[in-house]
Amino acid sequence: MPPREGTYGLLAEFETPGDLIRAARQARQDGWRRLDCYSPYPLEEAAEAIGFHRNKVPLLTLIGGLLGGAAMFALQTWISTLAYPINVGGRPTYSWTAFVVPTYEWTILWAGLSAAYGTLALCGLPELYHPLFNSPNFRDGATTDKFFLCLEALDPKFDLVESRAYLQAFEPLSVTEVEY
Amino acid sequence: MATSEVKIDEQRIDPATGEYRVITPGQTFRGVTEKITRLVLTPHTPLGWFAIFGIAGAGATMLMVAVVWLFLKGVGIWAISQPVAWGFAIINFVWWIGIGHAGTLISAILLLFKQGWRNSINRFAEAMTIFAVVCAGLFPLLHVGRPWLGYWLLPLPLTMDVWPQFRSPLMWDCFAVSTYATISVVFWYLGMIPDLATMRDRSKTRLSQYVYGMLAMGWRGSVRHWARYETASLLLAGLATPLVLSVHTVISFDFAVAVLPGWHTTIFPPYFVAGAIYSGFAMVLSLAIPLRKFYHLEHLVTLRHIDNCGKVMLATGFIVAYGYGMEAFMAWYSADHWEAFTFWNRAFGPMGWSYWVLITCNLAIPLTTLWSRKLRRNMLFMFILSIIVNTGMWFERFVIIVTSLSRDFLPSSWGTYRATKWDYMTYFGTVGLFVFLFLLFVRFLPMIPMSEVRTMLPGAKIKPKVAAEAGD
Repeated sequence: MPPREGTYGLLAEFETPGDLIRAARQARQDGWRRLDCYSPYPLEEAAEAIGFHRNKVPLLTLIGGLLGGAAMFALQTWISTLAYPINVGGRPTYSWTAFVVPTYEWTILWAGLSAAYGTLALCGLPELYHPLFNSPNFRDGATTDKFFLCLEALDPKFDLVESRAYLQAFEPLSVTEVEY
Repeated sequence: MATSEVKIDEQRIDPATGEYRVITPGQTFRGVTEKITRLVLTPHTPLGWFAIFGIAGAGATMLMVAVVWLFLKGVGIWAISQPVAWGFAIINFVWWIGIGHAGTLISAILLLFKQGWRNSINRFAEAMTIFAVVCAGLFPLLHVGRPWLGYWLLPLPLTMDVWPQFRSPLMWDCFAVSTYATISVVFWYLGMIPDLATMRDRSKTRLSQYVYGMLAMGWRGSVRHWARYETASLLLAGLATPLVLSVHTVISFDFAVAVLPGWHTTIFPPYFVAGAIYSGFAMVLSLAIPLRKFYHLEHLVTLRHIDNCGKVMLATGFIVAYGYGMEAFMAWYSADHWEAFTFWNRAFGPMGWSYWVLITCNLAIPLTTLWSRKLRRNMLFMFILSIIVNTGMWFERFVIIVTSLSRDFLPSSWGTYRATKWDYMTYFGTVGLFVFLFLLFVRFLPMIPMSEVRTMLPGAKIKPKVAAEAGD
């Protein structure tokens, strides 16, 4: 477990997305690995800049959808042939064409639920407390109009004085120390 | 198109991107955020809101009275009987579900087609979908007669060892509609999480900080989270698109799988889906036009939005017209006596007036006027037109259900249908419930997706050089 006291990291605030991306890319190139960017709207380039290229949401969605569809088809087959066979005008009990519609719906249902819950789980949400919320400028700007780069204390390169100077070189609006 | 209309208007081109502007220029991230959050966070609720809320609440109360009486007396208080066993309940069900479809179309299909203009209207269109599905879902449940046994539709291991019959379209309906409701809610909520975080951060009172804080689940805008969120949004859009097309298709199967003349046709699935989108866009306009006026959102929901909705209605309206035409054509071309009679009976039988109401409201008025750009940009006209189209679409379902059922093969089994006051109370009650829920949404949740609007602002533009270097 990471330490829950002391410094979480250093938070640099930028005015424009371009400044953030430039700083993030440079930090990544300089060997920083424990870093994250925060923006008020999806900023694909910033995720790329810190080396976050792909995620597991599509895989989870695929698995969820296939399992959901298979489960529904199996359930209908079991109910119609074994558990409760009904003779409707002499039609076969295993009338699989009629099972397609609920199977289709459940494929979508479980794929969609997997996508949504998978996203939340991979992001570690709900997480109502996070050290960054201790920073007033983060609370004011991160979900409105400012762009943040956080160098985390867990990175081996982290040093309170040197890293602050390092961030200042990108000319941010401010650099704040974030406590746990 | 006249040359004057294609002339490029400098004001409407964004110099930064060279693309058509969707929202008015000169807006900043903070300005837009403040504007949208203020509508919700202000302690002052407009008086007009209370007035409409009161009327809608009275409607919802009327629905409750009608439903309680229904529970006490049974479905006999409605006009349903043999041969018209479906009546208002199914008409309203199909109508409400259809209205919901435009919300999904805007949020999912237009996202996949990268139609940026949808960004400012998709949130309330999705809310409209959810509330419409709530109203729709009531009707089949009430119509089964003993709603407390509604859970028999679900494949549950009950003590009686009875299982549902999966070869019935009504079972398909159950799965289609419940999936649609679930995915709509999930898509809507997931899309709202970043905005709820904005609401949390802009809240001044402790209570709203707690409530929006809980709802936002601790969203902090990490770009890693955004990347997953964007993937999930795209995937959900990709899943919601075949879903929305399947829902009205499955509902049309309720009709098309039966052997009744007028129902047993292959044109039903596409014709139902197009009709659903047609009526749904009409409902979007019925909501958007008053909203942008009362909440002064003209800069975000612009004339271009209304104009585009009008164009979508024009296109889907013609598909619906094709459906009507094909019904008439097949009645003749099939050389089927019963089909021909059904068509004749629809247009000229005892309830023929309803057919001409639908032709007037769905084809004659909208499909002639929507060609005009001037009229598409006239708010009062579009508002009235949206009401007309929704009336027409309600009558379409009335015609399909009542005229087909009331006169089928054997004249000895013919009957008629006349709705009772309880039918009307239930129907108008759901309209009240819909407006009631929608007003609560407008008051307590951000009705315009701020995070998506931000991507359209000039501040979001990254210099091409930076973007190119980032992509290496």
